[in-house]
Amino acid sequence: MSRMRITGSAFPLVDASGALLDNIDTDMIFHNRWLHITELSEMAQHALGNLEGYEDFAARVKPGSWVVAGRNFGAGSSRQQAVDCFKALGCVGVIAISVAPIYLRNAINAAMPAAQIPDLAGAVEPGDVLALDMEAGTLTNERTNTVLQAEPPISSVQVEIYRAGGLLRME
Amino acid sequence: MGQTIIEKLASAKLGSPAAAGDVVWLPQDVVTARDFGGANVVKNFLAAYGADAAVFNADGIRFTFDCNAPANTAGYATNQQICRDFARQRGITVHDVDAGIGSHLLIEQGLALPGITAIGTDSHYNILGAVGALGQGMGDVDVAYAFHTGQVWFEVPATVRVNVSGKLAPNASAKDLTLAIVHHFGSGGLLGRAVEFYGDVVETLDLPGRITLASMATEMSAVIAIIPPGASVLDWLGGRTNSPVETITADPDAKYVEEVTLDLGVIEPMIAEPYSPASVRPVRIVAEEGVRIDTGFIGSCTNGRFEDFNEGYAQLEDGGVAAGVTLKLVPATREVYGQILSEGLIEGFFQAGALIHNQGCGGCAAGQVGMTGEGEVQVSTSNRNFRGKQGAGRTYLASPATVAASVRAGRITVPEAKR
Repeated sequence: MSRMRITGSAFPLVDASGALLDNIDTDMIFHNRWLHITELSEMAQHALGNLEGYEDFAARVKPGSWVVAGRNFGAGSSRQQAVDCFKALGCVGVIAISVAPIYLRNAINAAMPAAQIPDLAGAVEPGDVLALDMEAGTLTNERTNTVLQAEPPISSVQVEIYRAGGLLRME
Repeated sequence: MGQTIIEKLASAKLGSPAAAGDVVWLPQDVVTARDFGGANVVKNFLAAYGADAAVFNADGIRFTFDCNAPANTAGYATNQQICRDFARQRGITVHDVDAGIGSHLLIEQGLALPGITAIGTDSHYNILGAVGALGQGMGDVDVAYAFHTGQVWFEVPATVRVNVSGKLAPNASAKDLTLAIVHHFGSGGLLGRAVEFYGDVVETLDLPGRITLASMATEMSAVIAIIPPGASVLDWLGGRTNSPVETITADPDAKYVEEVTLDLGVIEPMIAEPYSPASVRPVRIVAEEGVRIDTGFIGSCTNGRFEDFNEGYAQLEDGGVAAGVTLKLVPATREVYGQILSEGLIEGFFQAGALIHNQGCGGCAAGQVGMTGEGEVQVSTSNRNFRGKQGAGRTYLASPATVAASVRAGRITVPEAKR
């Protein structure tokens, strides 16, 4: 059975004390004043443009990064752009303590890896190499050599859609 | 084994038993796209399935232009036209910029009934839980897929049963109850769950009150909050459709992930402070601190019904909006606009100094009515007060009565008992 292991470098979104930020909403991720944009390439520059301290995220983040956050990531609106803007920047995906349900759907449908890791707090430093095993539902921090479990587990449909390359490529 | 409402609803749609945790492909009765997200739905659909691809059922699809209505940017205008062109080619109904908020139209037109499934590019589609329907807000990929196939994948959520006891104070309404509940669970407090609400204080809510409560399930990151319709709601719905209207009830031995008893005592007017819908305190306390305001807003999918305007109106009958303060009104739909017109509220609101806008989402999605500047303070009946969502100012969330009492006084004020 082929293992689907996705590796990237951690870009944690943190407060002044270094704690992962909770409740990062879709207006912080992709503000409503840009909602008329339908081109992926135009979305990139606005990613996290309304999150205090991360307005320059698009310039700072390197392709191959995991967006790492706290609880209830992506709360708020149903805008797909809040997922697409990270894809446009070449981000690998989202790792958070928990992800708001609509955002999680949108990530899954866009074949952007996303996992909910309850024990994430304190486990990741900027630049750590993180490997997500989609089938096993585990996240390995290669620097600390710790393995964290996704909970709830990564669902069968998420794996299926990821394998197809997105919902719209499903037969 | 007994089933929760969401399990029963999904089982009925599938024709086979579904339980929490199952992943199923769930048929949809109604699939909609707004002007926000709609153009992306069309683009995704055409790219994935081809220019001549058919939709699953033109009668089951609607476009609802409510986000930016009428369009005030060239970008939105173009996006709306992309949707219109697509709709004309395929015989799909467009509820254009003069119609109002899509989720409310589904209820008014008898399309949202107990047990039906609906999705739309609107994160507050779980409003439909107010009539016992499964409404879900989804992104443009899901909706494009559903345009083509008529279904979406669905992981049947575990259900939290919430029994609310308490009594609304004479100057409080459904929004105050709702804010108290959001405060209790917190943002993300019901993440990924279905919720069933019970208890006298919930069961005696009229349909607009149920809409208010169901709409803010999103602010707790729930998938759906179902308020099982009682006789009066079922009667109302029956007047809107020729289809049979039957409520779905949970089995007595249904399995819940959690059962919560929430005793709220006497529910007084509540207000959510910037920048979270869960940062809730009694208006009484906030008022004591003396919060001067610049503007008020009554409307949105949460509080945009006739009854909401009537509640605000009562606070303004013997006094208008304070000097230096503005009040903006946006009815949810054309039907609501017609009601406030024929009942004489527009004349009264006008005399009180209010600014009355056309139906739609107005104050929320694109901030068309009610952008705030740096330092500006707004009291709104809407559902979100995220930092920067409606401009650089500070937005408080409250009931229509609290908004109206506050614009009258020029500061956050406890409304008077009017019922």
